[in-house]
Amino acid sequence: MTGMASNNSKHDSTVFMRTQAFGSGFNDKRISKEHMKLTTIDGQQIKQAVGKWKDKPGNLIMMLHEVQGCYGYVPREVALKLSHEADVPLARIYEVITFYNYFKLQPPGKFNIAVCMGTACYLKGAPELMQELKNRLSIDEGQTTGDGMFHLDGVRCLGCCGLAPVVAVNGRVHAKVKKGDIIDILSKCKKEANS
Amino acid sequence: MIRAKINGISLRVPEGATILEAAEKVQIKIPVLCKHPDLPPTAACGICIVKLKGMNKMLRACCTPIEEGMEIITHDPEIVEVRRSVIELILSKHPNECLSCGRNRNCELQKLAGDFGINEQSFPQYLADIPADNSTKSLVLEPRKCISCGRCVHVCQQMQNVWALSFLERGFDTRISPAGDIQLADSPCVKCGQCSAHCPTGAIFEYDETGKVWELLQDENKYCIVQIAPAVRVAVGEWFGFKSGANTTRKLYAALRRMGFRAVFDTNFGADLTIVEEAHEFVHRFTKEPTKLPLITSCCPAWVDFMEKFYPDMVDHFSSCKSPHQMVGALSKTYYAQKQRLDPSKIVVVSIMPCTAKKHEISRDREMFASGHQDVDISLTTRELARMIKQAGIDFPNLPEEDADHMLGEYSGAGTIFGMTGGVMEAALRTAYDYVTGGKLKNVDFENVRGLQGVKEGTIPVGSHEVKVAVAHGLSNVEYVLNKVREAKKNDRVPPYHFIEVMACPGGCVGGGGQPYGVTDAVRNQRGDGLYEDDREHKIRYSHENPFVKKLYKEFLGEPRSEKVHHLLHTTYRPMPEYKR
Repeated sequence: MTGMASNNSKHDSTVFMRTQAFGSGFNDKRISKEHMKLTTIDGQQIKQAVGKWKDKPGNLIMMLHEVQGCYGYVPREVALKLSHEADVPLARIYEVITFYNYFKLQPPGKFNIAVCMGTACYLKGAPELMQELKNRLSIDEGQTTGDGMFHLDGVRCLGCCGLAPVVAVNGRVHAKVKKGDIIDILSKCKKEANS
Repeated sequence: MIRAKINGISLRVPEGATILEAAEKVQIKIPVLCKHPDLPPTAACGICIVKLKGMNKMLRACCTPIEEGMEIITHDPEIVEVRRSVIELILSKHPNECLSCGRNRNCELQKLAGDFGINEQSFPQYLADIPADNSTKSLVLEPRKCISCGRCVHVCQQMQNVWALSFLERGFDTRISPAGDIQLADSPCVKCGQCSAHCPTGAIFEYDETGKVWELLQDENKYCIVQIAPAVRVAVGEWFGFKSGANTTRKLYAALRRMGFRAVFDTNFGADLTIVEEAHEFVHRFTKEPTKLPLITSCCPAWVDFMEKFYPDMVDHFSSCKSPHQMVGALSKTYYAQKQRLDPSKIVVVSIMPCTAKKHEISRDREMFASGHQDVDISLTTRELARMIKQAGIDFPNLPEEDADHMLGEYSGAGTIFGMTGGVMEAALRTAYDYVTGGKLKNVDFENVRGLQGVKEGTIPVGSHEVKVAVAHGLSNVEYVLNKVREAKKNDRVPPYHFIEVMACPGGCVGGGGQPYGVTDAVRNQRGDGLYEDDREHKIRYSHENPFVKKLYKEFLGEPRSEKVHHLLHTTYRPMPEYKR
């Protein structure tokens, strides 16, 4: 009967796997350590956001918009606070945050790079640009570099297909980008950060 | 009534009936994966598609109400082909690990794949790399095996009002997880296990400890004691060809003895003891401490967890009695050990429960170590026990009938009905009636606390007093009852109840999270009927008249509510840091 003994060994090893998975793999919606530690939350702002929308339909999304407007993303502590103030289960808040691409669970980078992956840009070489950015920054889509400088996202149509392929940095659109332009775009950002 | 035709067969169904429900009336089983009889349709899986005569569009039978004159076709080659494709698509996202999965041979997806003769992988496989979560040591979450049917999410959020599980992301990346990918143990999960009882696949499964038990049974230095909960006896038979509700108590004793347990006890004995203590507690509060009313039952560990998290203001109202299996555990390592001259450190107590939360309860705080050791070492679910009986090669249906071992094995009819919603209340009222009036009831059956209605309220005459009671089962039904108490307390009014019974699972333990799969209200009722029959067949139907309970007090415990009793059989509760649902 000894053969029946260790039914759980498979599960036990996965605890370790899970800790590894944080911050990599399921990158954008997983919680970073820094995210968990954030302690300086201005409760007043959340109260205001809740008060403003409390009795209106679809209010959770609007509250989250306000919160993300303040912090650039939705920190866990803020989500918890919002859950208390608005009397909405935390699980529902995370369902909404992760459903909509717009809401972020990680702090944005100083420079948010959005590579348009819409049809026109895609055909004109966006995947190549994306790969180049990933290589140069050593991050995956949806991740932020360790120094908090760059955040990389693939987005759908930016509405300027005539300029395809486009890469937007903090909302500023670079048109007809070639692979070789990427290094220039990045170094300009770094220069700007240093000045 | 609405007239319609299904596959050419005319039928009349009540308004609002879905195609799926109507088809059952003409002996047609439309395959489903996401729809469960306990839950509203979500139209998530797409397997139940049917056609209307003369229309090309396919409809989902689970969520389409029948309309007057509809002519429905439930099966034709095209429909079967579409259903097969849906199954193949689901399989393309599902690991091919049937042989090493706990749900092997009782998985709903596996069954459908078999029924539809899927014999090849038609689409390339895409498997999400999401690690398993066994942080609760009660339930194991394996999101890789999830088919996104949504049953567990609905059960957790709506039926149980716990909000531990949710869907994160969307489309292809949809996965089940507690809010924000935290571990289940850090979530509001109360370990009721209803998710695992409703999951069609192996994505949520009990934390299997059968291996540990086999090892302990092999260890000659250990003295293994086992006890079975009330609801197990009327459900475990389902895995061995018995009808739901068939009482297999005495075969179970035989099976457990053959598996190697040195003493076979019954949690029903503990239930009798719980009632003696709880009835005393109730009578004491009723007559001397009315501010501590209502008294709320505390035998259900998922409910205790829920109360500590979401109703911490009710802590004072909770019965301090431990749950029956904890009492039997504590007494096994003290009373029984002394009587048998056994070293309690060598005793292993295994409890067989219809429940996954009991796995958490056995080490929840220091009071569960009242004997000086962990009072209950391992708690197995009914499903784990059924697997062990099969592993041991025991021909369960043909086993002889045996009796439980002395001292902690005999029970009254009142003890056995603990497994059904209303049962704890009923058993306690029988004994409380005797304590208050000194007389016997003409009829011990309290019909108005029985049945599957979510909340049962009533007034029960006890001598010259009227006892106002409420019984709730399924955690979403608790709110109604407790909010009335909260409201009264806030306004300095007398709360509307004296005594409240809560069981976390719908139907009580008979519908527990660790019970055999496929539970519906019909099954809950059948299992409950089995318990009520067991009660009727007992000569002794009052817990306090159980001769072995009397003997226990006389020889070992002293009086009810004594210090020794408090140390061994009672516990305390503490508000948990609030985690907003």
